[in-house]
Amino acid sequence: MKIAAGKSILDRIGIGKIRIYKAPSYEISDRTVKDPEAELKRFDAALQKAIGQQDILYEKAKAEVGEENAEIFEAHRMMLEDEDLQGVTREIIREKKKSAEFAVKTAFDTYAQFFAELEDPYMQARSVDLIDIGNTVLDILTGSDPGSIQGTEPCILVADDLTPSETVRLDKSLLLGIITREGSANSHTAILARSMNLPALIQCRDVDDSWDGRMAILDGYNGCVYIDPDPDLLESMKKKYDAVLKEDELLQELRGRTGTTIDGRRIIIAANIGGPSDLGSVLANDAEGVGLFRSEFLYLNSKGEPTEEQQFAAYRRVVETLAPALVIMRTCDLGADKTVDYLNLEEEENPALGFRAIRICLTRKDFFKKQLRAMLRASAYGSMGIMFPMITSRWEVIEAKKILEECKEELRREGHRIGNFQTGIMVETPAAVFVADDLAEEVDFFSIGTNDLLQYTCAIDRQNEKLERFTDMHHPAVLRAIKMTVDAGHRHGIWVGICGELGADPALTETFLRMGVDELSVNAGSVLPLRRLVRSLDLSGAPEWSPEEV
Amino acid sequence: MKEIKFKVTDPLGIHARPAGILVKDAKKFNSKITVWKGDKSCDLRKLLALMGLSVRQNDEIVVQVEGDDEAACAEMIEKYLKENF
Repeated sequence: MKIAAGKSILDRIGIGKIRIYKAPSYEISDRTVKDPEAELKRFDAALQKAIGQQDILYEKAKAEVGEENAEIFEAHRMMLEDEDLQGVTREIIREKKKSAEFAVKTAFDTYAQFFAELEDPYMQARSVDLIDIGNTVLDILTGSDPGSIQGTEPCILVADDLTPSETVRLDKSLLLGIITREGSANSHTAILARSMNLPALIQCRDVDDSWDGRMAILDGYNGCVYIDPDPDLLESMKKKYDAVLKEDELLQELRGRTGTTIDGRRIIIAANIGGPSDLGSVLANDAEGVGLFRSEFLYLNSKGEPTEEQQFAAYRRVVETLAPALVIMRTCDLGADKTVDYLNLEEEENPALGFRAIRICLTRKDFFKKQLRAMLRASAYGSMGIMFPMITSRWEVIEAKKILEECKEELRREGHRIGNFQTGIMVETPAAVFVADDLAEEVDFFSIGTNDLLQYTCAIDRQNEKLERFTDMHHPAVLRAIKMTVDAGHRHGIWVGICGELGADPALTETFLRMGVDELSVNAGSVLPLRRLVRSLDLSGAPEWSPEEV
Repeated sequence: MKEIKFKVTDPLGIHARPAGILVKDAKKFNSKITVWKGDKSCDLRKLLALMGLSVRQNDEIVVQVEGDDEAACAEMIEKYLKENF
């Protein structure tokens, strides 16, 4: 038995025979042709076909790994359409009277080499793209089928590296796992593995051609692969593998069900997302809508302030895709640890207690209005909640709502459609907890942000390792604050959810139910396990949660 | 002739996909468009050449637009650069 280590992408196991995947390395002979015109025609036909294939790959990738990750194929198409690249290729055919294959190989390789020699690591990586698109054209010219390399048996695929095209072309139903010598956590392979729940090992330096056809176990839990595993190990890993599969099946059975306890208490379990690229995981995990859409992604990924149109497009995509499920969008929570240059924020002594979130938005009204307008316009496409973060006082909510009202008026005058939406706030400061009764009169819902609530209530910076001993995630003060917030909300007839990390803590699910929490918003992967837990609980006869318990 | 000076703030510099869209948009105009980084230059209508300039974050570029529709063309390019890079 041999063991090779790598970086694991998922806690999963793959067991099966290895297949070494080798991209065809084209041995193209330096052949002179008699009829360059005919070669030019062959090249043009192959080029057009390759360009068309990029659109197909784009659609396939979009379905498998989401739109953001499919965009590489748009870039590929644009590169294939490049006049210089085409010009160089045609010149080799026309002037040097070479075959279309030789011309493509020479021209694309030259460009790949050029990019590989640039200093910028991003541009160096584009070298792979040129080889990728060059191979696509060569596949067409030589009539070879790139799909055949994978074989027809289920296998653990082992490769030096996989290009985006190769990854997308793979027949996923035959994949037991993927191992690559290269690759990064953000590579196409890793993204695919995560969205398809496929065990994968990257940066496995010991990958060897002699592994081909041998039995192997990909152990994602321990980040290694066993080649020719000992019978005992194989036996125990098979058991573990079966358990994982069974767990998957059990969770899948929960799809379409609700989070309802045996005695009939219902709790909504929604997902937290960071942008449209997370939509796939929301759907895959059957979340009941989105309880927290962190709208910062647009601001953090952009070098200038995102325009109203850019924001509208992103918000609309999420709301429209998940309709009629509710999507709660938090207005931008910038400042503190999340800063962007274009806001020109001054350095602060105490950023966590400083100019952030709603405080920036109420100070820079034009900036705020742009986002509110985009959200309001998106509300016409589904079911939406707009939520303000970092609230401490009633006047802040009143002022934010007034600005929202202004935006509504403007949009109506401009002829835009606006849908129905709820308005809510994050309860994440002790101040908000203490004045929750006042705040509840202003809004339709509360969502408790437990991360900041813990930080502000206990005066604990969770990034600070020295404070580990003093940090209690289940601190009685935090649990009591949650209960106070729920009670205040219910006194005024509004719903109360939890969108911080604590929401996903299974040790607290029963507590939250007994407190009367209406909704939990958690990372998508926790939705089904939590749903199962809720469905297994019987709270008939259980007393209402009381602060004396902690 | 119109001239645009621009400092790139995007951490990836002028990268493939947005550059491709810019190239496509630029093809709708007649004007000759030249991008300069230091003493190196290229035609903005050519994606790989533009990527080959290897424009990185904090690099300054100068775009020269010359032709009958230079005003509209320069305006489009300036707006696009500001929004995307």
